[in-house]
Parts: sequence; C-alpha cells; structure tokens
Amino acid sequence: MSDHIVSAFTDELDKLAADILRMGGIVETMILDASAAVDGNDLDLAREVVARDPEVDQLEAEIERQIVSLIARRQPMAHDLRAVFAALKVVGELERIGDLSKNIAKRTQRLDKIVGPAMRRGIVRMASPVSRQLNMVLDAYATGNAAAAKAVWEGDDDIDQHYNSLFREMLTYMIEDPRTIGAGAHMLFIAKNLERIGDHCTNIAEFVYFQATGDNLLSTERPKTPQIDG
Amino acid sequence: MESTVTSAPPATSPGTQANEPERLTFPRIECRDINVFYGDKQAIFDISLPIPDRSVTALIGPSGCGKSTFLRCLNRMNDTIESCRVEGQIIMDGENINDAAIDPVLLRSRVGMVFQKPNPFPKSIYDNISYGPRIHGLAASREDLDGMVEKSLRRAGLWEEVKDRLTAPANSLSGGQQQRLCIARAIAVQPEVILMDEPCSALDPVATARIEELIDELRKRYCIVIVTHSMQQAARVSQRTAFFHLGILVEMGETDQIFTNPRERRTEDYITGRFG
Amino acid sequence: MTNLSAGPFRNEKALARLRKRRAADTRFRLYGLSAIGFALAALSLLVFSIGAQALSAATYHVVKYDVVLDAAVIAPKGKDTPDQISRNVDGFYSLVRENLKDTFPDARDDRRSSRELGELMTRLAVLPTARKVADNPTLMGQKITITAPLNDDLDLYLKGAASPQKKVKLGKVVSVEAETGRTYRLAGPAAFKVIESLVSAERFEVGDAVDRQSILLTTGATTGKISDVTTDSAVIDLLTGNADDFKGATPVARLIGIPQSERNVTDQQIAWTLALKDMGRISRVPHLSLLTHTDSTYPELAGALAAIVGSLLTMFVTAFIAVPIGIFASVYLEEFAPRNRVTEIIEVNINNLAAVPSIVFGLLGAAVFLGFFGLPRSAPLVGGLVLALLTLPTIIIASRAALKSVPPSIRAAALGVGASKMQSVFHHVLPLAGPGIFTGAILGMARALGETAPLLLIGMVAFVADVPSGPTDEATALPVLIYSWSTNAERAWEPMTAAVIVILLMFLIVMNGIVVLLRRRFERRW
Repeated sequence: MSDHIVSAFTDELDKLAADILRMGGIVETMILDASAAVDGNDLDLAREVVARDPEVDQLEAEIERQIVSLIARRQPMAHDLRAVFAALKVVGELERIGDLSKNIAKRTQRLDKIVGPAMRRGIVRMASPVSRQLNMVLDAYATGNAAAAKAVWEGDDDIDQHYNSLFREMLTYMIEDPRTIGAGAHMLFIAKNLERIGDHCTNIAEFVYFQATGDNLLSTERPKTPQIDG
Repeated sequence: MESTVTSAPPATSPGTQANEPERLTFPRIECRDINVFYGDKQAIFDISLPIPDRSVTALIGPSGCGKSTFLRCLNRMNDTIESCRVEGQIIMDGENINDAAIDPVLLRSRVGMVFQKPNPFPKSIYDNISYGPRIHGLAASREDLDGMVEKSLRRAGLWEEVKDRLTAPANSLSGGQQQRLCIARAIAVQPEVILMDEPCSALDPVATARIEELIDELRKRYCIVIVTHSMQQAARVSQRTAFFHLGILVEMGETDQIFTNPRERRTEDYITGRFG
Repeated sequence: MTNLSAGPFRNEKALARLRKRRAADTRFRLYGLSAIGFALAALSLLVFSIGAQALSAATYHVVKYDVVLDAAVIAPKGKDTPDQISRNVDGFYSLVRENLKDTFPDARDDRRSSRELGELMTRLAVLPTARKVADNPTLMGQKITITAPLNDDLDLYLKGAASPQKKVKLGKVVSVEAETGRTYRLAGPAAFKVIESLVSAERFEVGDAVDRQSILLTTGATTGKISDVTTDSAVIDLLTGNADDFKGATPVARLIGIPQSERNVTDQQIAWTLALKDMGRISRVPHLSLLTHTDSTYPELAGALAAIVGSLLTMFVTAFIAVPIGIFASVYLEEFAPRNRVTEIIEVNINNLAAVPSIVFGLLGAAVFLGFFGLPRSAPLVGGLVLALLTLPTIIIASRAALKSVPPSIRAAALGVGASKMQSVFHHVLPLAGPGIFTGAILGMARALGETAPLLLIGMVAFVADVPSGPTDEATALPVLIYSWSTNAERAWEPMTAAVIVILLMFLIVMNGIVVLLRRRFERRW
C-alpha cells in the first residue's frame, strides 16, 4: 500500500503496528517463560513473568490512547479504518493473553513437588504450539497476510486436541494418586489458560483477516473439535 | 440497509450497474452511457448510474474528475455552456431528459439545484422563495404563494429564524442561513430531485451540520444527489456513494461499503488520502 | 547572551538591503504624489483662469434711461401693428439717444461727439423694450425707464479690465480760470504734485494728441483731460460737466496707460460714463442675460440660451437613440450571443469604434444624414444622431462591463429554479447591472455634450438668433458656441466665453453628480 499524502498519518499507523508487535513479542515470551517455569518449577522465573504483566497493561493503555487520538485527528477510512479497528481489538486480545500467562505463572507457585516432571512436560508440549500460533498470527499482522491469518485460525483445532489429551492425562494422574488432586486442578487450569490463549490467537487472526480483506472469517465454517469443558 | 455486498465484478463496466438495481428502492433517474465533451475535450466517459429515489447519492472524487459536470447533466445546466455537448440517455419518469425535445426550463422545475456558494438573489427573503413559483405559475393567489413560501422555509428549517423578517434582504442572512434559503428556494418549485453542488464548501462546521441535518430530513421526500469534496460529509449524509476519477465512474456502492471496504484500489487510495 | 548584531534582525547586509527597498518605496510614493500634484495644479490652474474670467462676466453694467414713449417716434404710421412696433429698433433707439443728448447737451452739435455718445448703448439693446411696448400698447405715451446694457468696451473699462489705469486722489483745487474755449487752468498749492511725480516717474506723455496717454481729472459728474501739468497747476480740456465744479474740490485723476488710438473707448466716452455713474444711472447687476438671451454680434447682448436649448435637444435625441440601442446591444452581446468568430469581430470593432476620432463621425453624419437622408442642416436631430453614434461604443463597453460584473452565480440561481434565459437576464441581471449601465450611459452622454468637431461638420455652428423650438430647428450647442465666441475678436468675448465654459462645466458636474448618486443609491453588494 502506497503512502498517505499526509506522511505523518502513515508514520502514526506504522508506529501503532510496531507497538502492537512489540506488545505481542512481550506476551509471547511471557507464555514461553510461564510454561518453562511450570516445567522447571522455577519460582523465580514465575515471579518475573508476573512482574512483567503491568508493563503489558501500560503498553495496552498507551496503544489505546494512540488509537483514540488517531481516530479523532485523522478520521481513517477504508483500510486505515479497518487497521485502526483491528489494532484496537488486537491490543485487547494481547492484554488478555498477557493476563492468562500471568495466571499460569501464579499457579506455578501453587504446584508442589508432588506434581512430577511427567505431568509438567505435558504443559510444555502444549505451550509451544500455542506460542507458535501467537508468533504466526503476529507475523500475519505485521505483513497484513490474510492467508497466513486464516491458517492460524484453522490451526486452533490442533490446540483444542492438545488440550483434550492433556485433560485426560491429568485426570488419569489424579485418579491414580488422589494426593495430586489439588495441584492437578491447578494444572488443569494452566492447560485451560493455554487453550484460551489459543482462542485469543484465533480472534486476532480474525481481525487480521478483516483488516486485510474487509471480510469476516466467521462467515466460513471452521473445523472444530468438540471441546471438553474443565 | 442491506448488508454489504459480498462480491461483485469491477464497478467500472456498465454491466455492473445493470445487475445492481434490484437493491435500490426505485431508480428515480437512470443514466446510461453518459459522455460529456467540452469542445474536443471529453470530460466524462460512458457513465452509467442509477440514482435511487428518497435517498442521498453522493458523488465524490478529486477536482476535475467530472462529478460536477455529471451533476449538471441531470438538470441540463450544461446547456448554458456553449462548447458543452452531452451524449447518452438520462431516463426520468420514462423520458430521456437529455432529449432536445425536453425543455430544460420545465426540467429544472422538477430538478432543483443548490450551488456551491450561497447565491440568493439580492432581493427580500420572500421574493427569493416566491420567484420560482411565480414564474412557473404555481400559485393561484397571494395567499397560496404565502403558504408556499412558509412551507418551503419550514422544510428548509429556516422558518423560525426568518418568519418575522420575510421582507429583509436575503443578503442580510448568515452564510448558512443563505444556503438554507437557497435550498428552500429550490424546494419552492416542488421538484422531485434536488442536486447539490458542494453545498457546504463555503460554510462553517455548525452551518454545515445544519445543512447535513436538513439533507437527512429532505431525503424522506426527495431524491438528492450531492457533490462533495469532503469524504466525511459524503459518509455522513449519503446512502450511496459514487467515486469519479478522470471522468470515469470508478466505483459505486452503498456508502458503508465504499468507506469501509471499497472494492477498487483507486477508491481506496482516494478515500484514505493516498492519491497522487 | 548572544551577539545581537549577528541576530537575524540586526544583520548588516539584510539591513542595507532593507534600506534600499524602503528608499525605493519612498521614491515610488513621491513619484505618485508629484504626478497627482501636477494633475491637481494643472486642473486648478484651468479652473482658476476660467473661473476668474467667467466671474467678470457674471455681472455687467446697465444704464437707466428715462424716456417718454412718443407714439410719433415708435409708431410713426399711426396704426402700426405690434409686430411693426417690435421691429422699430430705430425709433426706440432714437428715444434713448435723445435722452443721452439731453443729459450731455455739449455733444448735440458735434457730429463726432454725437456718434460717440450714441455708442454708449447698442442699438439692438432696445429690442426688449420694443417687444414690451408691442405687447402692451397702453405704455405708449407714458414715461418709462429703459434699462439697457452699457457698451461692452465701457463695461470692461468700468470693470478695470480694458486698460491699465492708475487712480489717484489729488489735493484741493483753489481756482479755476477759463482759458480759450473749453480749456481751463486749475490751480491749487501742491494739488497736482502726485500726478507730476507719477508722470515723471512712469514717463507719462501728456498732451492733446490721440496717440498720447491720457490723464482724466474727475470730480462728481465733471471730467476734464489734462493737457499740461505742474505741481501747482494743470491745464485741462473739459470733456463733460461744469469746470466750476473743480473749485474747492479734491478731484480724482485717472492715468490711463493706453493711448486713445489704441483702445476702443475714447476719453470722451469714459468721461460720459463716469458722469452717468456719478448720476447713479449706471449699476452693476448679475449678467442674467447670459442665460436668457440668444446669440448676438454684440457681446453685451449675447446669451447662451439658444445653445443651452440646442445642447439639451441634442442630448435628448442622443439619449433616446444611444441608450436603448446600447443597452440592447450589450445585453445581447454579453448574455445571448454565441461566442464565435463573428461576435469576436463585432467586439473588436466596437472597441475600435470607441477610439475613432469624433470628427470622423461628423463626416459620416454629414455624408449619411445630410447627404443621403436629406435631414435638415444644423438641426439637433442630426447632431443627436451623430453624437449617438459617437457614444454608442462607450455605452456598449460600459454596459458590458456592468453586465460582466454581475456574478454568474446569480444567473445560475435563476436558471436553477427554472427561469428562462430571458427571465434570468431581465429579472436579475439587468436590475443588478442597472446602476453600472446608467453610469456608462451618462458618462457617454457627458462626453457627447462636450463634443464640438462632429457638430461643426453638420452645420451646427450657424449663428442662431432664435431659441430652437424642436429637434429639427436650426440650433447650435454649448461647445460650438464656446468655439465660435472664442474666435471673436472683441475683448469682451473672452469673459463671455469663459462664462459659457463654466455653464458647460456645470452641466457636466450635474451629470457626474447623477452618476455618483446612482452609484450610492443602487450599488449592491453580493
């Protein structure tokens, strides 16, 4: 897309996108770090992730301020309007992802030694595709690639399957050893959080797709695995 | 309002519009293959455009894109320009109004026009409004004429402001009031179509808002075509928008669609401020 | 603290450039002022020279003659018709002459003196009286007072415009001794010292001969001419009155710079005039006859009435022809005519026509209206036609400018509500252009009012003694009258000409005043 006649407008839109990507990057590392803390029972790392959340909140507020100002001053139209609208939605989704990651880190502190490495390994196995989803959707956002966004959107099914298998696995552990029920519940919530993050990535993908095409992904049916609710 | 169009072939080909009218309430004016020439220079190329009744159609585009020229075809104001030649059919009530047999004077009593700069006659407010009905012999008596003046001023939302000083010179009104007076003057001859050529370009934002409110009100009764340089204005007041560029109708569609998801790259570039 | 001298407002180079620019500014303003000053000076010079001259023609001297309207003289046949009475100039004139001879009996015997005395009044000056008597025969046999203008040269003399003259008051004359004939010796101690010194200082040559400058000695109604003078005594030739009047009097001496032979009035006539004035029979009155009389070969009888009426008739004809044609032509050209080669040529030609010398229009008028159509010569009708042709381009150009200045948005507004082209022009454009069009028309007419050359060529330069009663009568016009009067030789015509110029200027001022009023009254803003 060529530049605006008013170059400051282009600059502001570029800065908006850059800030969102920066926020995305922070959130992405938060997911990975939180899952690593779960895996290694690394309480310091967990505290660090929790401490990073206010930064994300601040960034969200800053980006929202930019968006309000941009709408007021530039009255964006067409693609620009969709871009600003998408940015407003995406920034909310990212904030939620940040909250969920913080929640994972907080729960790490509640897992005792009782929860063995085998149980924890499942979380890491699930966290890596989730963060990959986020990474991919941020790439799609950065390039305005509707096809890539659609791919992320369709990839959410894998996350759901991961969650389902992890859920069953946790249940098995808890049935085998009732002492793990308390920690296991936390583990279930962690898994659920990761699944929620996946959903947020899907939402972001929808907005990226809308921004790029002006059309709504929801009008097409998405492959869906029936979900087991925790 | 119908939902946005999912898919359509490029809007520039005349065939596109032929597919679209079923979405319109009722095409008040149907333009077919309009070509306009100034001397040897062609200003408008093969424009076909249905104009729906009881709604506002906005014509947007950069300066010199032919939108005003097109507008002036609709009441044959181009006839007054000697070197100007209009080809094509403009069907209104089953007649081609571009036909030489149609008297433009009669046409203009049914297609009113409001101009860029408020241009009241340098006479009294009353005389401004009553002039049209008088020359067309619409009023049977003085009371009739008084009634028409009041009705027109009421419809133009000006009655309350001027009812006590109808004999005051029109030039004593503010710019926005003058423009509403001009709208009232256009309404007074009981037209069915009102053409507006950048009616707010000389007005301040408050006066502009008043005019826009008025346009929205008038939409219930008239078929309105408005040329505007302000895309925000087009977005605010119109139900359908047509984008002109270099004498070509680039895209025509629901205003919502044009301003959120235009199909044509040129439209997109224009309305997002990337033209050039 | 930054160095102030290096700042952008104190940069030496910039300041130097600025000074230069300011100097150019000032120079330009001075050029403009001096141009305006020059124009103003020229204008005021013109106005003053004409005004001063015209002022001297604003009043003139009239003489009262008490006469008995002797029926035997003014109606010698006994039953003269009023017409015959009104034509009997000689009869009435002889009454006046008799009156003068009664006043100055000395002149009665001498033929030359008698003729000179008669010249105090022009024969034709009795015409108004003759007409009055013809209209009212009951006056016959009664005693009436005829008031008639003084001879133009004596009038000028009294106004002090005829010749350089020094007037001095002398000492008391003690004795008057008669010498030979009408020669008297006046004496008084140091009574004539002033004259004596003036004569030697200004090299006045005193003597009887007509080519000598004259010194007239006057007291009351008595005047004598000095032929020899010393400090204490003078020898005079008595011109009129009684020499004994000088005894005990302090006479006034008039040293007249031009010898008799070089002026139009004789010392004798001056003496009589002074005597009449002393008797209170001469008075200076407003020169109304300038507006009420028609042309005459005698300046004191001449007036501009015929020319004023002629000019007005001509203007009426011009206005009736040029204004409607001009307006319709300009409306058509501006509003209706298609823009093509033909209208372009017409436009160019109209503009060129405005620059054609007016005398060409005169030739055209003479050839076409007089030669081809056979219209009467010297008639305001023809003059008006020619001037109409002359002003037409001016009016068309001015009207088109006025029409052009009406904003096109008004036309668009009218067309937009469905007015036809003609309705838009006649309902909206013309009323708005009206003041401008009339301004142009009146300015064109003002130009026509001052035109001389074309009128000369169609014979409106004729001597017209009667007020024209219609556009086909013989007539002349104000500028032509100015032209013909200015070519007359007599000096009295000069102030008269200036007076007519002032009348013409008054007309122009009134017309321009109308223009200003129209503008004030009807100018619109849009």
